[in-house]
Amino acid sequence: MKNYDIVIIGGGPAGLAAAVAAFDAGQKNVLILERDSCLGGILNQCIHNGFGLHTFKEELTGPEYATRFIEQVTERKIEYKLNTMVMDLSPEKVITAMNREDGLFEIQAKAIILTMGCRERSRGALNIPGFRPAGIYSAGTAQRLVNIEGYMPGRQVVILGSGDIGLIMARRMTLEGAKVKVVAEIMPYSGGLKRNIVQCLDDFGIPLKLAHTVVDIEGKERITGCTIAAVDEHMKPIPGTEEHYDCDTLLLSVGLIPENELSRGMGVALNRVTNGPTVNESLETSIPGVFAAGNVLHVHDLVDFVSEEAEAAGRNAAAYVAAGGEETELNEIPVEIEGGPRYTVPATIDPKRAGDKLTVRFRVGGVMKKKSVNVYLDDERVVHRKRPVMAPGEMEEVLLTRAMFDKHPDLKSIKIKVEEE
Amino acid sequence: MEKRNLTCIGCPLGCQIEVTMEDGNVMKVLGNTCARGDAYARKEVTNPTRIVTSSVRVFGSKTGAVTVSCKTKSDIPKSKIFDCIRDITGISVPCPVRIGDVIKADVAGTGVDMVATKDVD
Repeated sequence: MKNYDIVIIGGGPAGLAAAVAAFDAGQKNVLILERDSCLGGILNQCIHNGFGLHTFKEELTGPEYATRFIEQVTERKIEYKLNTMVMDLSPEKVITAMNREDGLFEIQAKAIILTMGCRERSRGALNIPGFRPAGIYSAGTAQRLVNIEGYMPGRQVVILGSGDIGLIMARRMTLEGAKVKVVAEIMPYSGGLKRNIVQCLDDFGIPLKLAHTVVDIEGKERITGCTIAAVDEHMKPIPGTEEHYDCDTLLLSVGLIPENELSRGMGVALNRVTNGPTVNESLETSIPGVFAAGNVLHVHDLVDFVSEEAEAAGRNAAAYVAAGGEETELNEIPVEIEGGPRYTVPATIDPKRAGDKLTVRFRVGGVMKKKSVNVYLDDERVVHRKRPVMAPGEMEEVLLTRAMFDKHPDLKSIKIKVEEE
Repeated sequence: MEKRNLTCIGCPLGCQIEVTMEDGNVMKVLGNTCARGDAYARKEVTNPTRIVTSSVRVFGSKTGAVTVSCKTKSDIPKSKIFDCIRDITGISVPCPVRIGDVIKADVAGTGVDMVATKDVD
C-alpha cells in the first residue's frame, strides 16, 4: 500500500486550491485523484465569463480560471492521477481507487480532503408525468455537448428551472442558432443570479415564467412538445393555465446535489439541509483528519468562494498532519440560527481553533428585504450588517475575528440571527 | 421622449429602473436605489456592451479534443453579438492552441480579437 500525507478526492476548483494551500503550508506529500481525463472539473465546460472577480480582480472564463490553478499545481510538482475513480474511503483513511494503468490499488492517507463537487438533480427526482423520450437533458449535459463535444442537442428548446446553468445555456443555445421558447421556474423567484437573467434571457427576449412548471411531456421516440402550467402557492398546477410548446429539447436546471456517496460510505455525518458533510470551524468532518470544501460541502454560486473555502481546508489538513494527527480536546460550540438562515458552514466552532479570521457562510430560505444579519457571542452582538435584500440564490457570509472570541473566554453560545433592519 | 425599462444587475435587489431619453441623451433615471444603478442604467441605454464567449473546432489534437473555447478580448457593442458568432462559424484552428491565441482578428469589424480561452494540445 502506498502512503501519502494528504490525499485530495477530486481535481476540480476545490481540489486544486486545497492542494496548493496544503503544499504552501508545508505538506509536500500530496496526491490529487481525479476521475476525468484532465484537471479543472466543471470549469472546463463553463466557457462563459464572470469567474475570478474576487480571486484575481479580473473577469475570466471557466477554462482560464481553472488554468490559473492547474499552473500552480504543476509549478509545485504536486502529484495527481487522472482517469482514476475512487471506489471507497475507509474510516481508517484507506483509499481504494482504480484506473487503467494501476488497476485496483489502495492508498493510506494521514488526512483526506473531500472535494468531489456536486451533480445535477435529474428528471427522476421531479415526478413530471408524460413519456420518457429522447431530447431531455440536464442543462449541464447540454453544456458539455455544445461546448466540449461540439454537438447541438436540439433546435427548439424549453428550459425548466432558472438555475444559473439553465440561464447560461439559454444564451448559449440561442447563439448557436436554437430557438429557446421559454424558461419555466416553479418558484415565485429565480434561483439564478440577476446578471444572468438580464444577460442570458432579457438580452435575447427569452420569456421567464415564474411560478410555472412542466406538467406534461409529449413524444414517444423524441420529445415533440411539452405543456407548462402556472402553479399555486403550494406548487400545485392551476387547471386552465396550461400552455403547449412544440419543442425537440427540454433542458432541466433544477438544482444541484453535493456528491457524497463516498463520504457516506466512510461514515461521515451529513447535514440534511445541505446534503454535505457537517463540518467544524476547520472544515473537518465528523471523522478527525477528513476535511471537505467546495460544492461537495454546500453548493456555491461563485467559484471564487469555492477556492477560498478549499484553501482553508488545505491549510487545516496540513496543520492536522503537522501535529501528527493529534487533536487537542475540542470545545465545539454549535452555531445556532434564527430568523432566516437554513444552515451554516461551519456548523460548529471551537473558538480556540477559529484562527485569526473565520468566514461563516449560509443561505436564507426565501427572499427577505430590509433585514440585518447579526452575530451574538453569548449575549453580545458582535456583528450587525444591514442587508437590503437576501435571496436563496445568493450565499451570505459573515466574518468572525480572533478579537471577538478573545473577549469571550468562557463562550457558551454562538448565534446567527436575521432581524429587522 | 422615450422611456426604457431595465433590471439592474449590480446586486440581488434587481431594481427596476426607468430611464427617460430624449434625442439619445439620458434625461432622467428613476427606480435605482444606489449610484451603481444610475451608472449601469446610463451605460446600458447609451452604449451597452458584452463580452462574447463561444467555441470553435480544432484539428490535430493529441488529446482528442474537438473544440477550443474562445472570447472577445474585451467587450463589444451588444448589437454585434450575433455578427461575432456568425463571423467565427465554420472556423477550424490547428492544435496546439494556447490561451490568448487569436482565433479571429477584428471579429465582425469590432476592432476586437476573438482569442482562445483554453490550452489545447
